[in-house]
Amino acid sequence: MAMQANDRLIVAMPKGRIFEEAADLLRRAGVPLPPEFDDSRKLIVPVPEANLDFILAKPTDVPTYVEYGVADIGVVGKDVLLEEDRDVYELLDLQISRCRLSVAGLPDWKPTSGTPRVATKYPRVASKYFREQGQQVEVIKLNGSIELAPLIGLADRIVDIVSTGRTLQENGLVELEEIVPITTRLIANRVSYRMKSEAVDYVYEKFASIVEEK
Amino acid sequence: MSRPLGFEKPLGMRDVLPDLLRKQRKLEDKVKQCMEQWGYAEIMTPTLEYYDTVGGASATIDNKLFKLLDRQGKTVVLRPDMTAPIARVASSLLKDEPLPLRLMYSASVFRAQAKEAGRNAEFVQLGIENIGSASVDADAEAIALAVTVLKAAGVQTFKIAIGHVGFLEGLFEETVTRKEDRDVLREYLHCRNYVGFRQYVKELQLPAENEARLRELLKLRGGKELIARAEAITVNGQARRAVANLYELWEALEAYQVTDSVILDLNMSSNLDYYTGVLFEGYAANQGFALCTGGRYDGLMAQFGRPCPATGFAVQMDRLLEAVGDMPIQMEKSLILYRASQRQEALELARRLRMEEGKVVVAQRKDEWLAADFSQYTDIIDLTKEGA
Repeated sequence: MAMQANDRLIVAMPKGRIFEEAADLLRRAGVPLPPEFDDSRKLIVPVPEANLDFILAKPTDVPTYVEYGVADIGVVGKDVLLEEDRDVYELLDLQISRCRLSVAGLPDWKPTSGTPRVATKYPRVASKYFREQGQQVEVIKLNGSIELAPLIGLADRIVDIVSTGRTLQENGLVELEEIVPITTRLIANRVSYRMKSEAVDYVYEKFASIVEEK
Repeated sequence: MSRPLGFEKPLGMRDVLPDLLRKQRKLEDKVKQCMEQWGYAEIMTPTLEYYDTVGGASATIDNKLFKLLDRQGKTVVLRPDMTAPIARVASSLLKDEPLPLRLMYSASVFRAQAKEAGRNAEFVQLGIENIGSASVDADAEAIALAVTVLKAAGVQTFKIAIGHVGFLEGLFEETVTRKEDRDVLREYLHCRNYVGFRQYVKELQLPAENEARLRELLKLRGGKELIARAEAITVNGQARRAVANLYELWEALEAYQVTDSVILDLNMSSNLDYYTGVLFEGYAANQGFALCTGGRYDGLMAQFGRPCPATGFAVQMDRLLEAVGDMPIQMEKSLILYRASQRQEALELARRLRMEEGKVVVAQRKDEWLAADFSQYTDIIDLTKEGA
């Protein structure tokens, strides 16, 4: 459970696309990341040059690591933050991996009587959204290929990430409503934010210097 | 729901085994001793309280309360903290006692937990309440005592972060006209969502100067120099009074010689409208969660009919235990082995040793359990060998 006592920061990074874009941001901000960094298959990648240790995690686990303090800071999509609802500092909008959480369905979708079903990887976000809309729905949690659900009759609508809309289109679905725009965020643990404030501020400033130019 | 297996416990409930408990008690003693040395008297209140009194007044949000019905059909709660029960006592049984009242407690509190490990639904808190003093000295005393307690407990590296509700409220009032907008901003701060806070500030289209002041707020984290920066972004009224309050507080903390252990964090906010002035949290290096929380709550006592200012803090023992780390406390106990004919001699020896505060186990040589581990005993007195 314990983190290292020195001021080396532990950074939780999601594997995949956000990772590449965030690493690119850090490099542009002048953080010395070694070239082999991106191809590493290791789960813990120390970068002593920058005084940072990276943990490569499944995206949905990043806020958990940060909340428990096994990682001091993390890089994660707002979609995951909304769904996981962890007690962490949300410090900065990194403005990468831009997309949106939306409701989608078949083009001929119409409100029906009864309780419609919605399939999603984001049951918390979906339930909250429909409640706020005053709609009663049954939410079904799926772990992937959400677009299948309306096609095979499991649900009549889905709530999922949409970036270009191509996946929806290819499966004959249309975006019905946008729930919330999504970008990647820099988050910090409550204690690290104070106990390692200099190191956290260093990373924050590095990211901010690039992000705010945009 | 399937039937629980024999060893299962309700979510968030924990057993404390002897080795850990010994360590916990030792720590509790140290903490308690500090609090008593500062003149706080221990008090005990019931585990169950009425939902309508203590439940409603508590700083714990409603869906975390364990609620039950008593035999009259009234809703009762397992106490979620000790502050509200103590406020109840201070306003009733102790209502004729002169203020300030300095009370301390060591008690289990209960909070229903939705999620996973590391969040106990029942945990021990040790804390103090200083009821009746509005002075900055009372705030400083609470913070200095928190520092003393964490040091005495053996926490190597820690910081107490201090915020001020009055400063936040004052700044919001100066910069944002609509109350609804202020509520939204407060909520963002409370959720620690700085991204949302900045976005909302931007959407409000405030005068540039006000927007800059609110953005500066997010950076107000540091030492004494911070108070001047805080002063620079406020104009008058409540926020300025809070700034003056912070200057005074810092001076008092200097006199207590604890400023090395504190930082100011003026964007720290609390839930509900519980805290009314200075508030603080203690953190240890290597620990993901706060060890202690406290602050001024001048509104609570009025809910029990004895309006007066008050301040206090509580240390959460399970987190303190983790922060202190390994503290090998072996229980020193001796074993006396005897043959049947030596029983009286053995028991006599045990009695003598126990009178000298020794911890002694007596056992007949042929007992089956003796095949077990002897390493738990610091001393073995084998009467069977002597006569053999």
